[in-house]
This record gives sequence, structure tokens and C-alpha cells, in this order.
Amino acid sequence: MTTTTTTETQRKAAEPLVKLIGAGKNYGSIIALSDISLEVSGGEVMCVLGDNGAGKSTLIKIIAGLHQPSVGTYEVEGTPVHFSSPREALERGIATVYQDLAVVPLMPVWRNFFLGNEVRKGLGMDIALMKKTCKQELLDMGIDLRDVDQPIGTLSGGERQCVAIARAVHFGAKVLILDEPTAALGVKQAGVVLKYIIQARERGLGVIFITHNPHHAYPVGDRFLLLNRGRSIGYYKKEQVTLEELTGLMAGGSELEQLSHELEAAGGAAAEAAHEMEDNVSDLGISRPPPSPDGGG
Amino acid sequence: MSDTLQADVTPPPTHDERVRRGSRLARLLARPEAGALAGAIVIYLFFFVVAPPFRNASSFSTVLYVSSTYGLMATPIALLMIGGEFDLSAGVAVTSAALCASLFSYEFTVNVWVGVVVALVVALAVGFINGWIVVRTGIPSFLVTLGTFFMLEGLNLALTRTITNQVASPDISNIQGFSSAQKVFATSFTIGGVSINITVIYWIVFVLIATWILLRTRIGNWIFSVGGNAPSARAVGVPVARMKIGLFMAVGFMAWFTGMHTLLLFNTIQSGQGVGNEFVYIIAAVVGGCLLTGGYGSAVGAAIGALIFGMTNQGIVYAGWDPDWFTFFLGALLLGAILLNTYIRRRAEAAR
Repeated sequence: MTTTTTTETQRKAAEPLVKLIGAGKNYGSIIALSDISLEVSGGEVMCVLGDNGAGKSTLIKIIAGLHQPSVGTYEVEGTPVHFSSPREALERGIATVYQDLAVVPLMPVWRNFFLGNEVRKGLGMDIALMKKTCKQELLDMGIDLRDVDQPIGTLSGGERQCVAIARAVHFGAKVLILDEPTAALGVKQAGVVLKYIIQARERGLGVIFITHNPHHAYPVGDRFLLLNRGRSIGYYKKEQVTLEELTGLMAGGSELEQLSHELEAAGGAAAEAAHEMEDNVSDLGISRPPPSPDGGG
Repeated sequence: MSDTLQADVTPPPTHDERVRRGSRLARLLARPEAGALAGAIVIYLFFFVVAPPFRNASSFSTVLYVSSTYGLMATPIALLMIGGEFDLSAGVAVTSAALCASLFSYEFTVNVWVGVVVALVVALAVGFINGWIVVRTGIPSFLVTLGTFFMLEGLNLALTRTITNQVASPDISNIQGFSSAQKVFATSFTIGGVSINITVIYWIVFVLIATWILLRTRIGNWIFSVGGNAPSARAVGVPVARMKIGLFMAVGFMAWFTGMHTLLLFNTIQSGQGVGNEFVYIIAAVVGGCLLTGGYGSAVGAAIGALIFGMTNQGIVYAGWDPDWFTFFLGALLLGAILLNTYIRRRAEAAR
């Protein structure tokens, strides 16, 4: 760092909370991720889209501090960082809500909320304060639980997801990494979670929203990073891309076309399916990829 | 776009129609020990009716004493089960601790208290080894402690025979420090003409401490979490391995405590004693509402479970039934208590 303190401070305010530049990850000879750039600032939702095996998990692990990138740089608020554990990332305000949510189903909501961060009072815990805080934090996220003493397992999947998000926010998260929060949910439940993603954004948090569903990503996202086989196949700001184009890219245009050829070769009913697929591919506008894959900045 | 979406965000409803507030009774019944309490009342009334001697205060004092000898051990076993583990070596570990104290004091002709301290170290070490193997290897504690159970059983017999040429430990009542140790571990006092053994008091104190730890402290939160979902607990920073080893050591501590009581009450101890008691402890904990799968249960429940065992154990004697039938009635009553417990818990959960 050659800059002086004043410029440093000025820069800090303008710098995105999390920024990856040309980041990649190799596991031995396997290239899990290569040349990924993304950034997220406060009050912004960065959507990472990709099918299974696209490298989403590896990307999360890098940002969450579980792994270090093999190449490229990782900056938090303008400063390059080398996290050696998730705890360090957490100290910088980067919290990850994993798919399994890290909740204990049989334990009451408030005990789950404070698990590992209990408020102590003398030899015991300040239970009244914790219950009150939990209820208030959930209310602030728009979740009205009548009874924070009920086991968290009795809540719906969406509500549990929201409690996990509220917990991360309460314990000082500036950036939330949400790993497929809508994947296992029904349409209505997913809507509830999307609502809380917007709420977190309105509270000034940066959100990294990992999903394979463009219909969930598009309404809430400000930027979109598309991954396929460990590479970026597009990075767009919202105004640069339509939902249809996102869906088309997600469906993996060329791969679908290849599959349709294979089915055609098989003949009979498979050929019919192939024709249908071809029609869908052209409807999605995959043959016309959206312009300007450089959406950053 | 975000503006239109913002408009979609409806204010949270002031009242959630999906959460119906259960009645006060339903909430009470939802507690883990509720079923056991109902079972205990039924069994008490049953023996009150069929066994007239059961109605005496002194008989009930005996019931309490028998219950306490099992209840002391059932308390840490319940904590361990809430923490998601088993300890099958707990029954013989009691005997190991007692043998250790008596043989050490006798063979080295040292103050009984020295033997008592040595036994404590050994008992804690057994608990530590059980826990350490479980957390290091990930092998189910059922198997690990089954192994240590047989090893301790063999050691108890083999070492006692090697050292004393007998199957029981020698009488230590003439050794220095015996009477003071006996006062601490195996005395009794009289309240209103009824003799009460001090283990009953210790039992109540330990159950209260365990309950306080479980419900009011951070450690308690962690015990529930490591039994309920260990990976999640680890993810939020709970030291899972240390918690589990600590729980096994708590069992070791109480095995030592119970062993000291048995030794100092009878001056000697049989090396083959204690086999089978591990199941009584586990049954008491399960009757008291502990889930076999961990993450749920209570220390008060385990105490009530031990009380059910004690009442049945003594009630059959007071009723004058053929003692050959003892284990049959014991098993039937315990099964009945578990069924009632399960039934009440299901109803209570449905009523939430």
C-alpha cells in the first residue's frame, strides 16, 4: 500500500465490499475455477448463476474464507486479503448462510439464533435479553414469530432460512453469501426468502446470491455472474441483460443443441423431443448472445 | 425495478394464523419430562393401592435411597445422551472406581482419602479415553464403550484376584480416614423419625445443577446443539470434540462418586458388581424423555425415570410378590412408562 491514510479512507468508502479480480482455484491438476471477477457493494445484490458443477461452491468457499484462491486477488473494502479460516472472513463482516443453515432443529429459535454467540451474565446466560433481541431482530426482518421458544424445526423452510439470514445480519454481517437459499423451497416460500434478500439490501448489506434459477435471480439482482464448468460465461449489470437472455444462457445453449442432435440420431420419439428442444432453444434467443460481457465497473 | 418490488413487500401480518397458541397444559405436557411424571404418578398410585407397606414414610425413604443410587448416575448419562452419545461402561466404571480406591488404600496402607483421590483420577481418565476415542475415530460410542465395558469388567476381576487372591476387595474400615470419608459419602440422618440417606440429598443437588447447566448456561446450549446437529454446532463455533469428551468425563466423575458411596457403605466391594446397571441408567434417562438420537431430554426427567425404577424395584418387594417375577414386572412397567411417555409427547406436540 503506497497510498496515504487520507486517500485510503476516501477510497474505502467508494470501494466495493468484496471484489475478486481474475480469481481461480486449482485442486491439484483439476481447475475448479478460473479467471473469475466480481464485485459487490453495500445495498447491492450480486447473483451467481450456474448449473450443478459450474463452480459455485468453490466460489463461495473462496469468498467465505474456507479456501484461498490459487490465482488472482481477493479484496475486501479495497484491501487485498488472505483469509485462512471462515472465522477471519466473519470478522471482516463476510457471513455465509449455507444450504443446511447450521441450525439445530430440536432447539428453540432463540437458542439457535444465539448458538455460539451466547450473551453471558455471571455464570449463566442473559436469557431474557436474548429472547427479546431475537424477537426484535426477526421483526426487523419482517418475520413475526409469536413464540421464539418453539423448536426451529417447527418453522417452514423459508422461515428457517430467514432466521439464518437474520442471525448473520445481527452478528455484524456486511456481506451475506446465500448458498442456494431458494433451492429446496416451494414457489411461495421462495418468494418469502427473496423478500428478505431485498430487505437485507435495503438495510445496506451486500448480498451474494447463489442460485441456479434465473427466475429467482433476475427480480432481486443488480449484477449477474454466469458460471459454466468453472468459467465465467457472462457478467452483466441488470440493464445489460433480460430475463430471457439469462434463462437462455443458463440453459447452456450449445450444450442443449448438441443434446438435441444426439436425440435426433436416436430416432423415433427421441427425435420429436429433439425438435421440441431446438424450438425452445431458438425461443430463448440463445443464438443471439447479449452484448458486452464486460459488465463490471 | 427495485421500486416496484419494494411495493410488493407487504408489512408482516400482526398475527400469524399458522401458529396457534397451545393451552398452558399443552405447553407443560410438551416438556420432555412430562410423560415420565405422569408415569411416576401412575406407578406410585398403583403400589400405594396394592402394597400397604409402600404407604409408610420409612418405606418411601428406602425407595428414594434405591432411586438415588441409580439416579446419581442417570443424571450425567442423561446429559451425555442429550449430547448424542452412549456410555455402556458406566455400570462397571462405578465398581472400577470403588475397587481402585479400596485396593490402593489397602495395599499401600495410605489414608482412605488418598485412595479416593486416585480413584477420581482413574475414573476421569476412563471417561476421557471413552470420549477421546469417540471424537477421534468417529466410531459410534455404543461400540467404543461396549469395548471399554468388557475391558473394565475383565480388569475389575483379574486385578482384584491378582492383588488379593479373592473376588472382593478387603475390608478397609480400619484404615485411617475411613470414618471421615464415610461421613461424606455414605451417611444418613433422620428427619421426623424417618432415616434419609445422604445420597438422596446429593442426587437432588446434582439434578438441580445439571438442570441449571442445561437450561441456563452456554454449556447447556452447546450440549443440546452437539447432540441435535453436530456439524451445525461446529459451523457456528461450538467446540464439539471438547464438549463430548467433557460429557464422558462427567459420567466418569459420577461413576467415581457412586463408587465411593457403595464402597464406604459396605467397607468392601465385589469385583463383579455393576454389570447391567448401565442399562438401568439409560432406561431411566429414556423414560425421563431423553431421545436415543440425542438433542432432546432433561435431567429432571432422568431423575423421575430413576424414581420409577426405584418404586418398581421396592414396590414389588412390599407387595409381597414372588421375587422371581421381579424383572418381568420391572420390564413391563418400564415399557408401559415409555409408551405413556411417547403417547403424551406425541399428543403434546400435535397440540402445539
